[in-house]
Amino acid sequence: MIRPVRFTDDLAHLPTHKFGPSSLTWWGIIGYMVVEGGFFALAFAAYFFLMGHEQGWPPEGWAAPDLLWGSLFTIIILLSEIPNTMIKRAAHAYDVQAIRRLMPMIVAAGAVLLIIRGVEFNALNVRWNDNAYGSIIWALLLLHTIHILTDWGDTIVLWALMMTPVGYEGRRLVDTDENALYWRYVWLLWIPIYLMIYWVPRL
Amino acid sequence: MNPEELEDLREENERLEAERARIARDGHHLNGAELHARLDRTWRRQPGLIGWLATVDHKEIGRRYIVTALIFLALGGVLSLIMRLQLARPDGHVVGAARYNELFTMHGSTMMFLFAVPIMEGVAVYIIPLMVGTRSTAFPRLNSYSYYMYLFGGLMLWVAFAFNIAPDIGWFAYTPLSGPQFSPGKRADIWAQMITFTEVSALAAAVVLVCTILKARAPGMTLSRMPLFAWAMLVVALMIIFAMPSIALCSGMLISDRLVGTQFYNHYEHGDALLWQHLFWFFGHPEVYIIFLPATGFVSVITEAFCRRPIFAYPVVVLAIISTGILAFGLWVHHMFATGLPRVGYSFYTAASMTVAIPTGLQIFCWLATMWDGRPRFQVPMLYVVGFIVTFVIGGLSGVIIAAVPLDLQLHDTYFIVAHFHYVLIGGAVFPLLGILTYWFPKITGRMMSETLGKIGFWILFLGFQLTFFPMHFAGLLGMPRRVYTYPAGMGLELPNLLSTIGAFAVATAVLLFVINGVVSYFRGALATDNPWDASSLEWATSSPPPSYNFEHIPVVASRTPLWDEKGDLPVVTGLRVDDKETLLTTVVAAIPDVREPVPEASIWPFVAACATGVFFVSSIFSPWAVPFGGIPTAIAMAAWFWPSSLKRTAEPVIA
Repeated sequence: MIRPVRFTDDLAHLPTHKFGPSSLTWWGIIGYMVVEGGFFALAFAAYFFLMGHEQGWPPEGWAAPDLLWGSLFTIIILLSEIPNTMIKRAAHAYDVQAIRRLMPMIVAAGAVLLIIRGVEFNALNVRWNDNAYGSIIWALLLLHTIHILTDWGDTIVLWALMMTPVGYEGRRLVDTDENALYWRYVWLLWIPIYLMIYWVPRL
Repeated sequence: MNPEELEDLREENERLEAERARIARDGHHLNGAELHARLDRTWRRQPGLIGWLATVDHKEIGRRYIVTALIFLALGGVLSLIMRLQLARPDGHVVGAARYNELFTMHGSTMMFLFAVPIMEGVAVYIIPLMVGTRSTAFPRLNSYSYYMYLFGGLMLWVAFAFNIAPDIGWFAYTPLSGPQFSPGKRADIWAQMITFTEVSALAAAVVLVCTILKARAPGMTLSRMPLFAWAMLVVALMIIFAMPSIALCSGMLISDRLVGTQFYNHYEHGDALLWQHLFWFFGHPEVYIIFLPATGFVSVITEAFCRRPIFAYPVVVLAIISTGILAFGLWVHHMFATGLPRVGYSFYTAASMTVAIPTGLQIFCWLATMWDGRPRFQVPMLYVVGFIVTFVIGGLSGVIIAAVPLDLQLHDTYFIVAHFHYVLIGGAVFPLLGILTYWFPKITGRMMSETLGKIGFWILFLGFQLTFFPMHFAGLLGMPRRVYTYPAGMGLELPNLLSTIGAFAVATAVLLFVINGVVSYFRGALATDNPWDASSLEWATSSPPPSYNFEHIPVVASRTPLWDEKGDLPVVTGLRVDDKETLLTTVVAAIPDVREPVPEASIWPFVAACATGVFFVSSIFSPWAVPFGGIPTAIAMAAWFWPSSLKRTAEPVIA
């Protein structure tokens, strides 16, 4: 320091973790959510831009995607919020045992969702290279699949970490809390995509 | 949990509590030389090549960013000299048409994606933590990953150029030219994938900067006391976060059109080439302000320090930065006037484009008022500020001219546009950048740059610049089109082109002089004191160059210009850990101490992850199978990056 210093407060008493906006990683996650949200918003804009060029949507001669698998996917992903909320609450309550019990449920839900998603691609009734309509709905579904896949991977790594002794560290509970926050974002984003893929073509 | 386990857990907690009481912290008991030695042991880089690759010190990463970006500036500059040689005379034969297409594509792409944006981020990564009084950026490992992604993207583009597969589609790669039908081969894919690299890098750096600025400011540095450069970088980082997804999306769609046959831009299957233009310019226009706004931050910093007066009307400057950032997203269509738009579209985007002159003008008036009311010292950084104001105002005025649709339709794709954007980009960003590099050089290296060489360099650059680009206005008015490799004699284009070429070599001389000045000063320059310009912000409160840990104690701030206003001893807070890396988080608005935050140790995994991502991106030019086979190693590297090196609990958290 160029100048002598004068001590004011001593901060040794401050905590080393906090939940919510006091956490640095919370801000990082919000930052990446905005990035991904922007990405999806622009993809939605491209969807409506391309739709504006067509006489019909889907274009004449093509059938709208089958409802079954996409709707089943929607129901399961909405139900997955139940264990997700329980995990989030357990994290705030520092209940590591409950988290260890619940994490396999959310990982299993992710696996089921990914399997259904594979079938969903087959039920779109159009291929990505058939026309611009096919390209954009494949793009929306693929983007969301990547979203699910990355969060599923994160969740597995976190689950493994929570099974170790460091699972008891406060910061790991903050991680758990924020991972649950992110899962909410994943299913919230799915709702407009579901409507755009399955219901806008039926309007 | 059975009672035995519960008992174990309780014992463990007691042991940790006892350990916690013994942790060394800075303060009355621990300061001065011993504190320095212990902090340095905790924070300094590990030896060896691995240590060098694994470092997460924001100062090292920032320096690498700056040096790499300057190398790309030189490379891009050499390309422009070849182009100027080709255009010096009518019907030139230095290069052919195809090579010329590669040259302007490489020049534009290098300057925009590999020089201008990264160098602003690099300067910010170096200086922001010092300026806001903290020990590290947020997410230092992400910061390291961001640098390597940028480096690999730049290398890929230039290696491709060396192997004669450089892109030749212009820096904005319009479809259908860049699509599968008109650009067979891999040139366009190289361009699109370079974009992917730099955008991943820029987004990571942006998140790092936003979190650092919002959460890691020194106690007392409320938003209304934040240095203007930090404000500028906050807005710029947010703009990157909102703008970059757009180019990620459109270049991703381009790659998939080319690789797997999607039809986004294919008119015959009801795609639309204009979709590209909308998405590209929704990014591309904010991009210009992403480059320009950090420079306004530089100008505010230099003006304040060299006029010895706080910036006039600070709130106006802050609001001007924010409103420029918002307006930047409402202008993109003015790049598309020549594509044909509804009449109301023309009116709206003309008005919006002219509106942006208002906040920019306000900032310029605030700087002029600061100079008028202060006592300016015309040392090199300040000369660059004056050069900036003159040049940028000319570029701004030609911008207002081409915001008008009838004039734009006449001048679209002529050298008038080339003149305009070089005035705003070089005048608006490179001049302040050279000023700020001179200004922060003593902080970064501990030595002063030569004032004499600096002044000579400034004048050659300033005059050479005007000689290069002012005649281009006339060439453009005479109808000389952009991106055409030659022109015929007898149309009045000989003189302006010859002048431009002479000017370009003067500019190159000045840049060379700047580099020589930098290198010589780095080894032989006068030793710098801690605060050689007698400036007011916190980066000058630590030594030059700063120690690995930045500040021995976290400083406390009570005004906008703390080093001018604290007459006596510098107030600091204490109580951070000394033998593990730790820094302080404060609240977003009021900067009240909130959390003690462990800082991640150095890690090789960001480098490994960047290598894996690099293999992934490059191979996806050739096959869609790169997605699973490149994605899995990337995911593994990232999991290893997150995974702690020890699973034993510690008294207080460490990220190792």
